[in-house]
Amino acid sequence: MKKLKLVMIGNGMAGVRTLEELLKLSTELYDITVFGAEPHTNYNRILLSPVLAGEQTFEEIVLNDLDWYLQNNIKLLLNRKVVQIDRVKRKVIAEDGTEAEYDRLLIATGSTPFILPIPGNTLQGVIGYRDIADTQAMIDTAKTHKHAVVIGGGLLGLEAANGLMLRGMHVTVVHIGEWLLERQLDKTSGQLLQTELESRGLVFRLCEQTQALHDAGNGRVGSVQFKNGDVIPADLVVMAAGIRPNTELAEKSGIPCNRGILVNDTMQTYDPRIYAIGECASHRGIAYGLVAPLFEQAKVCANHLAQLGFATYKGSVTSTKLKVTGIDLFSAGDFMGGEGTETITLSDPIGGVYKKLVIKDDILVGACLYGDTADGGWYFRQIRENHGIGEIRDHLMFGENALGDVGHQGQDKAMSMADSAEVCGCNGVCKGTIVKAIQEQGLFSVDEVKKHTKAASSCGSCAGLVEQILINTVGGAADVKPKSEKAICGCSDLNHGQIRQAIRDQHLLTIADTMSYLNWRTPNGCATCRPALNYYLISTWPGEAKDDPQSRLINERAHANIQKDGTYSVVPRMWGGVTNPSELRRIADVADKYNVPMVKVTGGQRIDLLGIKKQDLPGVWKDLDMPSGHAYGKSIRTVKTCVGSEFCRFGTQNSTQLGIELEHDLFNMWSPHKVKLAVSGCPRNCSEAGIKDVGIIGVDSGWEMYIGGNGGIKTEVAEFFVKLKTAEEVREYNGAFLQLYREEAFYLERTVHYMQRVGMDHIKKAVLEDPARRQALNERLQFSLSFEQDPWKERLEQPLLKKEFDTIAVKQLEVLV
Amino acid sequence: MNWLDICALDEINALGSRIVSGPKGEIAIFRTSDDEVFALDDRCPHKGGPLSQGLIYGKRVACPLHNWQIDLASGEAQAPDIGCAHHHHARVENGRVMLALRDAG
Repeated sequence: MKKLKLVMIGNGMAGVRTLEELLKLSTELYDITVFGAEPHTNYNRILLSPVLAGEQTFEEIVLNDLDWYLQNNIKLLLNRKVVQIDRVKRKVIAEDGTEAEYDRLLIATGSTPFILPIPGNTLQGVIGYRDIADTQAMIDTAKTHKHAVVIGGGLLGLEAANGLMLRGMHVTVVHIGEWLLERQLDKTSGQLLQTELESRGLVFRLCEQTQALHDAGNGRVGSVQFKNGDVIPADLVVMAAGIRPNTELAEKSGIPCNRGILVNDTMQTYDPRIYAIGECASHRGIAYGLVAPLFEQAKVCANHLAQLGFATYKGSVTSTKLKVTGIDLFSAGDFMGGEGTETITLSDPIGGVYKKLVIKDDILVGACLYGDTADGGWYFRQIRENHGIGEIRDHLMFGENALGDVGHQGQDKAMSMADSAEVCGCNGVCKGTIVKAIQEQGLFSVDEVKKHTKAASSCGSCAGLVEQILINTVGGAADVKPKSEKAICGCSDLNHGQIRQAIRDQHLLTIADTMSYLNWRTPNGCATCRPALNYYLISTWPGEAKDDPQSRLINERAHANIQKDGTYSVVPRMWGGVTNPSELRRIADVADKYNVPMVKVTGGQRIDLLGIKKQDLPGVWKDLDMPSGHAYGKSIRTVKTCVGSEFCRFGTQNSTQLGIELEHDLFNMWSPHKVKLAVSGCPRNCSEAGIKDVGIIGVDSGWEMYIGGNGGIKTEVAEFFVKLKTAEEVREYNGAFLQLYREEAFYLERTVHYMQRVGMDHIKKAVLEDPARRQALNERLQFSLSFEQDPWKERLEQPLLKKEFDTIAVKQLEVLV
Repeated sequence: MNWLDICALDEINALGSRIVSGPKGEIAIFRTSDDEVFALDDRCPHKGGPLSQGLIYGKRVACPLHNWQIDLASGEAQAPDIGCAHHHHARVENGRVMLALRDAG
């Protein structure tokens, strides 16, 4: 098939990102030609400020070098400004006469700085702040001149002013508003910022309007005159009073524009062959000037260009961050508030911390943070997730506190960490390494940082720190979307929720069918998506969907835990942590027979046999003659119990018995992540039920049930769920809650994270308020478990499955070599 | 090349693997979804993890210990990881899996 011709006008971040997304979907569809007005390949425009401030070089902020265009067969025409689109003949014409025909045209012309219509605005030394040329002009001027005036106290203006000051200029910022960054901060935090910047040497003139720029006598600007008559010296005037979508070319070509090129939800203009994306496009009345929304648009546009057409763009909630080193501010959503909103404020002017949260109808809609932005990403996710915050309102202000407890010296603020401080304790990655990778590789998401640096890629406890570093480095461009909005992996653009929905709605029963129905990009997925799909299939269609062992990671395939030397550990089940002499004898005999190098008591009240060879596993299981403990699975692990009323002089309830019953109830249950329970017989809580997925505490009048606890990477205390009278009720409510978790949680989402995502209200509504629904949940759990059997027993009874465990001995090899 | 008859193709699951005990340690034989076979020394270049126990997708295997992604044909780790597992020649002939050892050199 002959390739279609795709022409792109503009070689900036939004446009090139669209090409990158498109190439991920199809490399065969288009011959691509790119016209760039600048002489540079695509660079990271948002890092111009660090370049101006002398913290980075131009070379470091290049995102796609010439090789990238070459490798992807993209014809790149630099220094060529397109001046005409001939929509009848379907071609574009550049200033120098270069022409290119198109089947699809992508306009990504970005924006231009707004130049105030005042006398003198064309004098030498009067510039906008937009590209490498502007930045270079500022750097050069700072070497030879003294006085700079920046017009505009927004993000761009302040970053320009800060950079010029660091390069030795005396800088005055002129701002028409009452306070700085009025689009990012409220008045209080704006004033905190002003005080800080003044202490660094910047001068501000607020509520001030510029009237004219005067010639120094040599064609260069010499002074600035204000409306009130004041005149101050100025060798350089930077106009940072806003940007205007660059729609000149589109308008000239008859494409409807209104403060941006009008586009629909698939980023098409009124001419359906022509797409517009980025700062030049106006979507539902908004032209975005931040990078994160542009990337979201790029994904949608690429999806449509690739003729898939299922993605649509619905607009973005944005967040911003000032990239001035040492100043920490973050805002997102509707942080000003207004009619119908409430605000929670924390203000410590001496400590330099100010936080404001805006809530509407029990939902967080905006956040404005100054001085301590550690929770910025978390608030941003709350805003996007749209869940009720009623249950967490009283501690909402104190943030997620979700950073790991361990592995990085208790640090929870990335800002204050030295470059040499270790962020990822598993892989030994320092802050400086992460910052460098973000800047040099042009990374915008935690997943990309994981891939490039390995930080946060093992236990993940430092993901919060990595996210902060990302936000601090690239500001509002950081992609800190919640898991509910993120693609499952590189094999698909769909998120977990969409995939699960499709499996349910379309009655998909195999991984192959799911991948084909959902247009997977890879023939058989990857190690991230396949285990997830397998879980979604067997949990949604028990009895119908067949478990696929090849899509399980080794532990679940071998029903044992792989160790560093390739041997395995075997943990037989001990119901409720109770054992007997005969089991102990068998365990001892197995340890002798198979020369088990270590026998260890686990944290879950059972016994671990470590160092077993894979081929010995079936023999060990047979000789143990005990059920699988599932210590290796995303499944029910253990129910930890205390002694309880049978023996303990304090016990109020028979916790051991209930623990055993609960463990039997859940035996063989696969789940999105591991599930641990504990039952204590009195409030002394010796079984540590407060840090379990489900924790039960016996009291004199019955049982208290707690959910969402976690004792691992990050200690999370379980929250009170319900008080019940009988052990029977506990089993019923427990089954219903865990089935709800099985049906709704994303793969690898622990109960605590599931709970934080959907909200306690939601879980209470499903499990507590409606007896019929509770019963139905329990029935579905029972139905699902009815198809499962002890995997150890299954393996022993069906020797066919054993083959994988045997090594093929090739005797001739020894002879031949 | 010295081709050795290892086993029937059916004796390896699709997207599965078997271990062959070779003269210099174990060799993992992998079968992809389109019935190609590959052979690598059963040691991840990272920390020696048994690649045979990894999850296989496309023409790669994810090491079971720390999730390094290893190319089945060349044994090369995927970026940002750097390392290479030693590979051998493998092919399917009349439904039999054939292996030819390659010297480490």
